[in-house]
Amino acid sequence: MVAPTIALSSWETAERELGYRPSGPINIGWYCSDRLCELGLSATPALLWEDHQGNERTYTYDDLRVKTNSFAAWLQALGLRPGERICLFMDRVPELYLGFLAILKMGGIAQPLFSAFGDESLHTRLENAGTAAIITQKKHVLKVRKIVGSLPELKHVIVVDAPASQLKPGEVALELDALPPVQQFDVYPSTAETPSVLHYTSGTTGQPKGAQHVHYSLIAQYITSRVVLDLKPGDIYWCNADPGWVTGTSYGIIGPWACGVTQVVLDAGFQADRWYAFLQKRRVTVWYSAPTAIRLLMREGTALVRKYDLSSLRHLCSVGEPLNAEAVIWSEEAFGRPFHDTFWQTETGCIVITNLPGMQVRPGSMGKPFPGIEATVLDPKTYEPHTAPGRVGLIALRPGWPSMVRSYWKNPTGYQNKFRNGWYLCGDRASIDPDGYFWFVGRDDDVINTGGHLVGPFEIESALLEHPAVAESAAVAKPDPINMEVVKAFVALKPGYEPSADLELEIMNTIRRKLSPLAMPQEIEFIAALPKTRSGKIVRRVLRAQEFGEPVGDVSTLMEE
Amino acid sequence: MDDFTTVILDYVKREYIEEGDDREVGVDTPLISGGIVDSFSMVSLKRFVEKKYGIQIPDADATPAAFDSVTKIAELVVRFQKV
Repeated sequence: MVAPTIALSSWETAERELGYRPSGPINIGWYCSDRLCELGLSATPALLWEDHQGNERTYTYDDLRVKTNSFAAWLQALGLRPGERICLFMDRVPELYLGFLAILKMGGIAQPLFSAFGDESLHTRLENAGTAAIITQKKHVLKVRKIVGSLPELKHVIVVDAPASQLKPGEVALELDALPPVQQFDVYPSTAETPSVLHYTSGTTGQPKGAQHVHYSLIAQYITSRVVLDLKPGDIYWCNADPGWVTGTSYGIIGPWACGVTQVVLDAGFQADRWYAFLQKRRVTVWYSAPTAIRLLMREGTALVRKYDLSSLRHLCSVGEPLNAEAVIWSEEAFGRPFHDTFWQTETGCIVITNLPGMQVRPGSMGKPFPGIEATVLDPKTYEPHTAPGRVGLIALRPGWPSMVRSYWKNPTGYQNKFRNGWYLCGDRASIDPDGYFWFVGRDDDVINTGGHLVGPFEIESALLEHPAVAESAAVAKPDPINMEVVKAFVALKPGYEPSADLELEIMNTIRRKLSPLAMPQEIEFIAALPKTRSGKIVRRVLRAQEFGEPVGDVSTLMEE
Repeated sequence: MDDFTTVILDYVKREYIEEGDDREVGVDTPLISGGIVDSFSMVSLKRFVEKKYGIQIPDADATPAAFDSVTKIAELVVRFQKV
């Protein structure tokens, strides 16, 4: 008689492998450094870093353990306390990666922000979070100085690459590699629901929302890294994402380090030959990239790929926006293996729909739900799951997976609005084929997905209105062959202003400086008046439909000009 | 060519370097790979060059590599002024 086997769920498997006991302590900072040393990986490189000038820094897992201890103790000594929000506002320098773990080790909430954000985007997010400290670099502290006076809760401005003599009063210099080593540190005894990370994400209405995660997210980030990214001991792993965004923390810090692999980081802008040279030099085995980057590489052709020995590559994944079929087919030709699409978002904290290693990739498909994730598409009218295959609906997940967002910071209503009929709504539309593969259709709202980053139209329109020439505006998505979508703005000018190329460029640059390059309209169309409802609300969908060449739908409620 | 590089370099410094940032930027400083101008901001830089010199640079030629320094951008200007 064969004994029955009891299959553990993904989450139970992760708990067991990580030695986590329900209700016991769980601290991501400890799991990503000290635990690996206890497992015998002290001398294994955890981080191999280099920048565009060829400067290199290497950290073993023991370095990670000791230096994050030192960093955490230094933050404590500065007066920072558990639960306080500590912003990381840096390029991809080692201080960003180690600082993230240090904040978690001392019980703080890490708030990573994209270093290309302008001062207005930065202010919005720091003010909302009531951030107590910001850790930044010399070149970015200039933006902080513009806004620090209007952020009363911001007590500390920490600069990691400048001596105190170059700083302003109230700013503190921190030289990570010069900190005295701290061998033993009392890691904050966080438990499953202790807040860990605050990532800001954009919606259709209002300012960006702070998606608050907890330490228990580790369970999902670890197991998906091991199963979806196929990370194994000895792997050399490269994640292209910036830790200012959720991919850069879930799969650029937490997941891979919890798995004990060696991460490589290139702090440099995109350049195809430089990327290939980096893959070759570091003997990368697992590469997690994005469709925009893949399409840029495609543009350079396969002849360039052939100049490099990329035989170390074993597994390729992609995230950020739907991976088009052409990119999957091209990667098979160029690298001898397909990119595996993965679908998830800030709020899910981990990959939720994916093409698993070994699974037959259907080019253009998102794949299937990760084991343990219950996913479906809902009828947009009834919020009931579609029962027939092939019907387009709202992608929805059954709440309860470990890394699900726990709240939006100071925005309970916004959080509640993400749930309907017992489902979490992702804000995207898709269909499911008879074999259970999901096929992405598009966003279900006005959020613009540009290069894999979500940009909210409200924030752009608010910034546009601050320009003296702008009377009213609408920001919508416009299709783009590289970035999938880019921002296009429709602008009605105030009396006395005339459309011109100079004015267009000036407005573009204004938005880039205030918000970010991602939010900068790549095109501005000057129009006499924007389409509005009779109650005066601007109707973006009409403009968006025009850009995509789609039917504009019901216009009976629009105000006649 | 020198006139082009002077004008473009001034624009890059004015638009893409924060006031007070003491980083040295010259005509051969890597702009894209050096992280001074990202691929999104490249669009406004391209728009400036096209407007300033009355040219059209096709998207296929406006690659990150072609915009990676002021010298390279000036070479693009020369090339497309002849078209």
